[in-house]
Amino acid sequence: MTSGMLSPRLRAAGLTLPLVAFVSVTFLGPMVNLLTKSFYDPDVANALPETMAALRDWDGQGTPSDEAFAATAREFVAARTERTLGRTANRVNRVASGMRSTIMGDSREMAEAAAVAEDAGVETEGAFWRETMIGIDARWGGPEPWRALRAAGQRLTARHYLKALDFERGPDGGYQRAPEAWRIYVPLFWRTFLVSLGVTLLCLVIGYPVAHMIANSPPKRANVLLLLVLLPFWTSLLVRTTSWIVLLQNQGIVNDFLVAIGLIGDDGRIAMIYNMTGTFVAMTHVLLPFLVLPLYSVMRAIPPAYMNAAVSLGATPFQALRRVYWPQTLPGVGAGCLLTFILAIGYYITPALVGGQSGQLISNMIAYHVQTSLNWGLAAALAALLLGGVTLLYVVYDRLVGIDRIGLG
Amino acid sequence: MMVGGALSPGYRVARWGYLAFCVAAFVFLIAPILVLVPLSFNAEPYFTFTEGMLRLDPEAYSLRWYRSILDGDEWTRPLANSLIIGISATVVATVLGAAAALGLAHPAMPGRKIVTALLISPMITPVIIAGVGMFFFYSSLGLAQTHVGIILAHAVFGAPFVVITVSATLAGFDWTVMRAAANLGANPLVAFRRVQLPLILPGVISGSLFAFAASFDELVIVLFMGGLEQRTLPRQMWSGIREEISPTILAVATFLIVFALLALSTVEWLRRRGAARA
Repeated sequence: MTSGMLSPRLRAAGLTLPLVAFVSVTFLGPMVNLLTKSFYDPDVANALPETMAALRDWDGQGTPSDEAFAATAREFVAARTERTLGRTANRVNRVASGMRSTIMGDSREMAEAAAVAEDAGVETEGAFWRETMIGIDARWGGPEPWRALRAAGQRLTARHYLKALDFERGPDGGYQRAPEAWRIYVPLFWRTFLVSLGVTLLCLVIGYPVAHMIANSPPKRANVLLLLVLLPFWTSLLVRTTSWIVLLQNQGIVNDFLVAIGLIGDDGRIAMIYNMTGTFVAMTHVLLPFLVLPLYSVMRAIPPAYMNAAVSLGATPFQALRRVYWPQTLPGVGAGCLLTFILAIGYYITPALVGGQSGQLISNMIAYHVQTSLNWGLAAALAALLLGGVTLLYVVYDRLVGIDRIGLG
Repeated sequence: MMVGGALSPGYRVARWGYLAFCVAAFVFLIAPILVLVPLSFNAEPYFTFTEGMLRLDPEAYSLRWYRSILDGDEWTRPLANSLIIGISATVVATVLGAAAALGLAHPAMPGRKIVTALLISPMITPVIIAGVGMFFFYSSLGLAQTHVGIILAHAVFGAPFVVITVSATLAGFDWTVMRAAANLGANPLVAFRRVQLPLILPGVISGSLFAFAASFDELVIVLFMGGLEQRTLPRQMWSGIREEISPTILAVATFLIVFALLALSTVEWLRRRGAARA
C-alpha cells in the first residue's frame, strides 16, 4: 500500500476527492450552467450574425443602413429555407410581442421577392431590400422592429432578469415597470414568501407544544410519540398529498363527515383543496416534522430543574415558560423555522397537485417555463433569483447554527 | 415537565388545553396517513368509507386494488424502474459518501468547512432549482430521458445523507487508535477494516437507507428528465392523481407506508444501538 507513504493531510483530502469531483460535475456544473443561461443567450446572435453586425453601428433612431436591410433579408430567407427561422422568431417575440408574426409573414414575401429578382436578374443589394421590405411591411420603415432584433441579438443580456422582475420594454426600447395588472413574477415571489412564512409560523405554533410534550415524556412514551412524527417524515410526499386529496376533496371524508353530522348541507360542501387552503394544509403537514425534530433535540437538553426553580422562586408557570423556557429553546426555534422556510420556498409538487389556480407558487412558474413555454432563459433567471434568496437565508443559518451541523432528526 | 404545586384553576385549564392541542396535533400528523390504509381495502371504487365499511361488513372489503397493481405493467414497470434507479443511486452515493465522511472526519483534513458545505449543497438546494439546472445541463449532454441521468442526479442528492450519518458515527473517534494499529504493523486497509468499518457500519446503513428513500420518493428530477422509459413509482402516482385517480393508488400508497415504517424502524434501531454502545 503506497498510501501508507502519503501524508495524513493528503490521504484525508484524497478520500473526499471522488465525491468532491462527483458533486462538481453532476451538481455544481448544472448550477453554473443555469446561472450562465440566465444572462447569456447567444441563440439569436448565432442565427443572424450578419444582421447583428450591420445593426451594431446603428444609433437606434430612424432606420438602419441599407446593409442591415440586405443582411436581414438574406438571413431571414436562408433561415426560412432551412426551417430554423421559427425558433429565432420566437426568441425575438419574447423581446417585443408581435415580432413572430411580423418575421414569419414578411419573410415569406421576402423569399418571393428574392426569387422574382433573381429570375429577372435584378441586383438585390442594399437599397433594393430597403424598398422591398418597407413595401412588404411599413413597420420596417420605423425603428421598433430593428430595436427588437438588436435587443434579442445581445449575447450578454439582463432581459431575462428584467422580465423576471416584471419590467417590460417601452416604445422607446428602454425598460420600465409593467403596469400593475400585468405584473406576474414579483407578486408571485411575494406570494411564495408570504405562504412560506405562514406555513413556517403555523408549523411553529403546532410544533412547539408537540416537541415539548415529546421532550418531557418518560422515555417509553417519548419513543412512541417520536414515531408519530417520524412516520410522516419518512412517508412518501406523494402518499401524503394523496391522503389530503382523499380527505379534503368535495366528495372527500371531511366533507362527507360534516354533511353526515348535519353541520353543512349536501350542496354546501366546502372547497378545501385545489386552492390556497389545500396548499397551506398539505405543506404544513409535510414540513411539520422538519420543525419538530430540531426543536425536540434542543428541548431534550433543557433540564427541568430550571423551570422548577423559577416556579419555586415565585414565578407563575406562564412567567416561567416565557422568561425561562422559551429563551432556552430559541436556537431550536431559529434553526427549525429557517429550515422549514427554506424548504417551503422551493416547494413544487404539493402546490402543483393540490393548489389549483390560486395556490401556485414561484416554483410552479419556473416549471411552466421549462416544460411548456420553453422560455429557458426566463426560467433560469427566476431560478437564479430564488437561489439568491435561499443563499442569503443560508448565510443567516450558518451564522446562527453552522451549515455543517445540519442533522437528520 | 409542567410543574406540580401551582394548581390554580387557570393553570388547570391551560394544562388541559395543552394536552388537547397536542393530541389534535398528533392526530393531524398521523391520521392522514393511516386513513389511507383501510380505504385501500374498499370493495367499491370510492375514496371514502362506504356504509358497509363502517358496519365492518366483510363484503365491503376486498383486495381488488392490490390485485390491480399486478395487472399489466402500469404499476409493476414503475416499481421496477424505481428499484433499479434507487439501488444504483444508493450504491454510488454510499461508496462516495462514506469515503468522503472518513476523509472529513480526519483531523488533518484541509478546508473541512468549505468541503462539507460543497458536499451538502445538493441536499439543501431547493429541488426545483437543482432540477431545472440538471435538466438543462444533462439535456445538453444527451443524458435527459436516460436511466443514467436520473441515477447520477439521485446519487448526488443521496450522498449528503451518507456523509452526515457516517460523520455522526465518527464524532469523537480517537484517531490515535489508527496510528497505533499502523505502529503495530497493520496496513491502512486492514486498520480500516478492523477498526473503523465496524464503527461506521450503522451510519453507512442508515445513510444508504436515507439515500434510497430520497431516490424512491423523488419526483421533480424525474418529471423534468424522465421519459416514458424512466417512469418511476412517484411519477406514476403523479399521473394517477392528475389524470384518472383510481383506488389502486391507495393500495400503492399503503405499500409505500409499510416501506416507510420498515425504513424508519431500521434507522431508529441502528441509532439506539449506536447510542447504547456509546
